[in-house]
Amino acid sequence: MAYGRGAAAVRAIDEVSLEITHGEFIAVVGPSGCGKSSLMKLISGLHPPASGTLTFEGRPVSGPLQSVGMAFQNSNLLPWRNALDNVLLPLEIVEPYRRDFSKEKYAPKARALLASVGLAGFTEKHPWELSGGMQQRTSICRALIHEPEVLLLDEPFAALDAFTREELWQALRDLQAARKVTVMLVTHDLREAVFLADTVYVMSSRPGRIVRRCPVPFPRPRDLEVTYTQPFQDLVHELRALIGRG
Amino acid sequence: MDRREIAIRVVSPALFVIVLFLVWEAVCKALDVPLTILPAPSDVFGALWQYRKPIWDNSFVTLWTTLAGFAIATVFGLLLGIAVGWHRALYAGIYPVLIGFNSIPKVAVVPVLILWFGLGEIPAVLTAFLISFFPIVVNVATGLATTEPELEDVLRALGATKLDIMRKVGIPRSLPYFFGSLKVAITLAFVGAVVSETVGANKGIGKLMLDAQAAFQVPIVFAGLVVLAVLGILLYAATAAVETRFTGWAFRGQSNR
Repeated sequence: MAYGRGAAAVRAIDEVSLEITHGEFIAVVGPSGCGKSSLMKLISGLHPPASGTLTFEGRPVSGPLQSVGMAFQNSNLLPWRNALDNVLLPLEIVEPYRRDFSKEKYAPKARALLASVGLAGFTEKHPWELSGGMQQRTSICRALIHEPEVLLLDEPFAALDAFTREELWQALRDLQAARKVTVMLVTHDLREAVFLADTVYVMSSRPGRIVRRCPVPFPRPRDLEVTYTQPFQDLVHELRALIGRG
Repeated sequence: MDRREIAIRVVSPALFVIVLFLVWEAVCKALDVPLTILPAPSDVFGALWQYRKPIWDNSFVTLWTTLAGFAIATVFGLLLGIAVGWHRALYAGIYPVLIGFNSIPKVAVVPVLILWFGLGEIPAVLTAFLISFFPIVVNVATGLATTEPELEDVLRALGATKLDIMRKVGIPRSLPYFFGSLKVAITLAFVGAVVSETVGANKGIGKLMLDAQAAFQVPIVFAGLVVLAVLGILLYAATAAVETRFTGWAFRGQSNR
């Protein structure tokens, strides 16, 4: 699949085939500029492919998928809405919620979701009153509120400090375990990928290709301690070698 | 507001105005400036009190023509701004015409308006409108054009239509720009109304000052200027209050709430 227009078109992704089973958590890792984000935007339907095809559950994807929830590196919360209203936003857009949307009706659902990531006392706060980690939690809640089949996460924790990041790994782990949602996580962070995912895909750059499909053997649910064990370190090391450059 | 806030925001501007008038008074008295050149504040406020009835009546006319012109400009400017910000072709098409129109000094348009609508309040209302809609259009269009694509992506990923994106992101996002432009527009509308009155009208502060000037009643001219300044401050403050009421989220840095 090529990406961009005319002479500037970059052949970003070459024959990528990903298989995700229902409820699976996959992570895509790779060097900078390997087309991870392009892949994400293609899957979400935000950018139509310039050439090639994309199928989702057997049907070709032409526009944004309704059954997808997305969260990005920046939380992209609307600054004029508080956390609760930000989380409610997708319900104002996506059918069938849109038809009979009222804040009274869906606020309890949004509050419960925010509470499940530890934001019970912060629902009425505006984004600037929340820390970076809290903003990102809110953003993930927003991506989940309309109960999408697939959750797409584009480096959601990249802008956070190491401790907050580990905290959010655990929050995401619990959220996914509780809701059985299918997750595709794009990341630079190999520890993050191995800690969270059932399967890690390694991409190479220009054109982006999947060079290795790597199932993660550690049983779930995983404790953060697992990241300090030797088998975990070995797997991270092995993936690191595949990505190359130094 | 704590005491320190009150000291800074109320006492300090009041003090500054009083000192300004005292210096003005002192200069006039010390240099013995003739009344027809620069009347001292005491003379100005004397005239203000003596002629309070005609000044009040005429101020009222100026005030309502300003507000009527400003109201039309707000509605028209908002709609045109959204239209211009909606689509690049509309932006490219309308923008040069707008700039050309805005470059015409409105004082040159007043005679045409008087020709069409006769002496009266309508030319003042229209001048106030014509002079004040431009900043509103430009600001609303800028607000829409500078909306972060990432914010739009959030909605597009959900399958939102252009109209959805406009309602949920574009318009709320450009409200601070809109209200910011209202502060500029209200002052301009006021200028427009007064300019129109001084070119030709039968009522209004501008007309009153013109008549006073013709009769060498210089203290009344200055009384008119003081009234204009006070009205200008009041109108600006009212618009600024509306702005913080509706777009507090955009001013979080300055007013820790």
